[in-house]
Formats: sequence, structure tokens, C-alpha cells
Amino acid sequence: MINSIEVKNLCRNFGSFEAIHNVSLSIQPGETMALFGHNGAGKTTLLKIMSTVMKPSSGSVEYGGQDIHKDSGTVRANLGVVSHRSFLYSSLTAYDNLVFYAKLYGVHDRENRIKQLLSSLGLKARMYDKVGTYSRGMQQKLSIARALLHQPGIVLMDEPESGLDNRASESLWQLLNEKKRTVVFTHHNLEKGFAAADRVMILSRGRVFFAPDGKCSLTELQDAYSASLEAA
Amino acid sequence: MKRKILFALSSVLILLSFYMVLVFVPTEIDMGIVQRIFYYHVPLAWIAFLAFFVVFTGSIIYLAKRSTKWDNIASASAEIGLVFISLMLITGSIWAKPAWGVWWIWEPRLTTSLVLWFIYVAYFIVRGYVSGEERKARFGAVVGIIGFLNVPLVFLSVTLWRTQHPPLTIFSGGLEPPMLATLLVCLVAFNFLYFYLLSERSMMKNDERMLSQIKETMARRNA
Amino acid sequence: MKELRDAFTIASKDVLTEIRTREVLSSVVIFAVLVIIIFNFAFGSSEQAAGLVAPGILWVTFAFTGILSLNRSFILEKEEDCIEGLMVAPLSREAVYLGKFFGNVFFIILIQLIVIPIFSLLFNISFFNLELLLITILATLGFASVGTLFAAMAVNTRARELVLPILFFPVITPVIIAAVNASAQVLDGQSFGAIAQWLGVIGAFDVIFIVASYLIFSFIIEE
Repeated sequence: MINSIEVKNLCRNFGSFEAIHNVSLSIQPGETMALFGHNGAGKTTLLKIMSTVMKPSSGSVEYGGQDIHKDSGTVRANLGVVSHRSFLYSSLTAYDNLVFYAKLYGVHDRENRIKQLLSSLGLKARMYDKVGTYSRGMQQKLSIARALLHQPGIVLMDEPESGLDNRASESLWQLLNEKKRTVVFTHHNLEKGFAAADRVMILSRGRVFFAPDGKCSLTELQDAYSASLEAA
Repeated sequence: MKRKILFALSSVLILLSFYMVLVFVPTEIDMGIVQRIFYYHVPLAWIAFLAFFVVFTGSIIYLAKRSTKWDNIASASAEIGLVFISLMLITGSIWAKPAWGVWWIWEPRLTTSLVLWFIYVAYFIVRGYVSGEERKARFGAVVGIIGFLNVPLVFLSVTLWRTQHPPLTIFSGGLEPPMLATLLVCLVAFNFLYFYLLSERSMMKNDERMLSQIKETMARRNA
Repeated sequence: MKELRDAFTIASKDVLTEIRTREVLSSVVIFAVLVIIIFNFAFGSSEQAAGLVAPGILWVTFAFTGILSLNRSFILEKEEDCIEGLMVAPLSREAVYLGKFFGNVFFIILIQLIVIPIFSLLFNISFFNLELLLITILATLGFASVGTLFAAMAVNTRARELVLPILFFPVITPVIIAAVNASAQVLDGQSFGAIAQWLGVIGAFDVIFIVASYLIFSFIIEE
């Protein structure tokens, strides 16, 4: 049960602006959920709250029954986050960056894990180069390696495939499947996001607009998405 | 209603203070007429410190509760405090010129007030350079807390620093009863004025926020 | 215990970054030498003048160079939102503060170790003694305590290069006053007892602001 996600009545205001309004969702362990929505629908805000970076104005998030604020230590140890920024220090090498994060996460057998991740993402040849010299796609790959370093059971990803070529996208999903994980991710492309997910959800103006219980068809998703754009 | 009473009381008391300072109280022998500024200088200083104390407590409560109401109170109090401490520095200067022949003296209380003036100017500069209501309030609260914690240390260090130079005497003896009475009237008047301004200003801030909220919803509805 | 270990991991990451780039040390050392030389032009280089102004110049130099290195420390974390990377990792917000604080203490002391010999050379005064070392370390802790807090704030404003000094200088007034006076007394050949009160002021500042900043830091980084 530890990898289940339970979001209850989440709200977040910025001054008078309601970025997230009364969002609830529950995800079973091992499920992958794709999150869609127009610009400013609240996807990033939702992921930031779920990753403990931002505090909700009200409502709660629980992972496996543990509240993200009360048990933040245990929750974060089991959480991997890919944001649209890489969280990597550009003047350090890829290896330095991963060693730093591995120390913070207390990763066992650090060296092997780092090398394994870097080689499966095709970055091993340049692991001693500064991250500042990396292309956008390479930084994104390294950011994924950083997020999966400690074998998290829950992974949150904001546009994980941006800047990745097809092969890199494949190895991303392969890496995610090395163990049973619960994954929530956003995607700008409906087809690709739909293909990768077990379930989908559409946010519109900070509210849940479309959230079928099980699997829906791609056409249903596309129709709902167009409707959400009109509503916004 | 509460504000009307505060307004009435502070108006009457301030008028009374004019009479007492300008007519009723006898002129001090050593310093002459300029000493009368003392009856405003001291209450100004007191209100400034009271205001900054309110900023400090309001900031702590804001961070604990995150309710805009407390940020309105804290930032309104910071505005009033800044006005009063500026007036305090100006009256201090006016008093210093005839009394000691210079516009500025590095007297511990004046110097501490000068440092505080800079801290609360920084309070508004930080708020001005931050985007987002909520972040403005948060950063303001941090400055409001740290700034006030610093008051005793600034005062202590300036006092130690100045004691190495000849100390200044403000009053050789105690205050005569009429002088004390005048000072007390001014103090009470300024206290009422402070609470009147505080409630008026934080109400205004509330209204401003509500207005911008309404404007935003209207803009979104029209879009 | 884990908090301290995490803090050291963060601080050593900052040191490693500096070893890889040498951005802080190279620019700050040149800046420090420039400040000293310009003061030298301004105040003359006679031995008498040096004795009078040297402690002041030394601490002004430390304060200015401190600002440069403090500002740098959070620009690193802001560039790719690395601070969020630290926030999603299993360590407390307080560990992040301590880590950046230790890193800043390390850099400021390193800068001082380079500046002091240059200073001694140009002013022909020996600055190497135990009392000065103690003053410098205590004052550096004070600088870094609020400096780290304010730098985290300044990096989130639209004018970080302006906001940090505007916040930092008024708040560290007690440290500057105490450090300058204590250094002057040490250079004057006075005993340890004479500077004890100054060390007390700086020590009190350190304790109050390390604790306060430690407690308040999470409110700055957590939205």
C-alpha cells in the first residue's frame, strides 16, 4: 500500500487567484496517471504541492497513508521528481551532481547505481563533463537519472519527455519500469501521454475537469480535452 | 463605530496637546523655547517603537496562520512606524541644532532610530521588488521579525560605542509636574492616533485587496 | 545528527563548485584589494592615518566582500531551481539553511585569510594575533547568519544585487560597530578584558540570529 496516492480537496490560492480548487484524486500502487490541461490549468502547481515544494492553502496529500507534511522525511525518501528545470548544478560534472544527490538520499552502492543509470541513458561517455556544456536533451536525461537515483516508489514528472528523442523516451519508460512504481506525469501531447498512461485526468482552471475511473478511449480523451479548452 | 470613537478621541486629545505644549507648559530655563519640541519628539519615538513591535507580532502571526488580515495589520503598522520614526528623526535634529549646535548627534537613541529607519525602508523596498501578494507578505514578515529582534543589539552596541566619548545630558533634573502632565497628554493622544491610523489603514488594505479581486474576476469573465 | 550531515554535504558541494569555477575567490580577492587601495588613496598612507582608519577599512572590506559571496551562494541554487531539488530530497529545510550557512562561513573566512595578509602588507600593521582571530570568526558567524537568510530572499526579488545590501547593512550594524571598535583596541595594544564587552555583543548577535534565521528560513523557500 505504501505507493498509493491520495489527494483530498486540495486548494491553493496565489493572492486572489485560485491556482488549484478542490482537487481530489486517488491512485493505486503501480498505476501511471497522465495529467493534461491548458496552460495555467494548475498542472505544475499540483505537482509542486505533491512534491512538497509548495504548501497547499487547504486539503491534504497522502502517500501510502502518510501525510506529506507530517511525515515529510519518509515521504520524500520514496519520492522522485522531474521538474521542467533540471535541479542540476551547471558548474559541476554529471557525476558530481549525482554523487551529491545520492549522498542526500543515502543511496547504497552509489558508484554502481550512478554508472548503471548513466549508461542506460547513454550519458556515460560524458559523465565527467560539466552539466553546463550539456544539450537540453542531455540535461533532461540527467535530470531523470537524478530523480530515479534512490529507486523511488512514487515518481512525479512535469513534461518528462520534453527535449528527449524517441530512444531516450523509451529508456525513460524502461527505467521507470525497473520496479513497481506509481507515476504521475504531465504531457503536452495527448496521444503520447495517453499511450504511456494507465489512467488520465484533465485539469481546467484549477479544477478536475475529466477523470474517468478506468481506462477511457483516446477519442473520449480528445473530446474532453477540446471541451476543457472551450470552458477555459 | 470603533474607528469613529478613536478618531474623535485622538482629534480632541491632539487639539488639547497643542494647547498644552504651546500655551500651558512653562518654558524650560536652560534650553528655551525649542525644548517644547520634546513633548512631540518623545511620543513620536514611543509610537514608532510600538508600531514596529506590532509589525513584529503581526508578522509572526501571519507566518503561523497565513491570513492576509495579519499581513494587512503588519504592513499598515510598518507604514505608520516609518512615518513616525522619520518625524522623530526630524524633530530630534531640530532640537539638536540649538541645544548642541549641530544638526545630528550620535546619541544612542537617535542612532538606533536611524538604523531602524533603514531597516523599515528596506522592508518596503523588498516588498516592492517581489511579485505576488503572498510572497510580498511572507518576505515582509521575515524582515519585520529580524528587524525588530535587532533593536536591543543596535541600542547596546551604539551605547557602548558612545560611552567611550563624552556622554550627553538631556535633562539635569527630573520633569516638573506641568511638563510631565503635558508629556503624558501628548503620549496618550499619539497612542489613540496610532490605533486610529492602524485600523483605518488596514481596513483600506483589505478593501484594496477585495477590489483587485473583483477586478480580476470581472476581467476573467469578460475574456 | 542527520541534519548536520546533510548540511555538510550541501556545504561541501558549494566548496566543490568553487573549486571547479573559482568564481567567488578570483573576483572577490581583486575587489577586496581594490577597496583597500582606494581607501589608501582617500585617507593617505602615513603610519598615523593607517592606525586610525585601518580597523574601519578592514571591516568595510569584509562587509562588502561578504555581500558578493553571499549573493553568489543562492544564485547557484536558483539557476536550475536546484533549491527545489533540495526541497524534494529527504532533508529538513533547516538542514538546507545550515548547509548554505556553513558554506558562506567557509568562503568569508577564506576571503579574510587572503585579504588580511595583503592588508598587513599595504598598511604595514601586523594583524596576526589571537584576539583579532576571535573577533573575525565571531563576526563572520554573525554576517553569515542573517546574510544567508537575506540572500535566499534577495535571489527571489527583481533586484537581488540591490536588495541584499539594503537589508544586510542595517541589520549587521551591531556587528560592524563591535568588530571595528574591538579591532581598534586590540591594535592599540589593549588587554583582552577591554574587548570582552564587544565580543559579548557579537556573541549575542550570533546566537540570536543563527537561531532566528534557522527557524525562519523555511518560510522563505517554501511557497
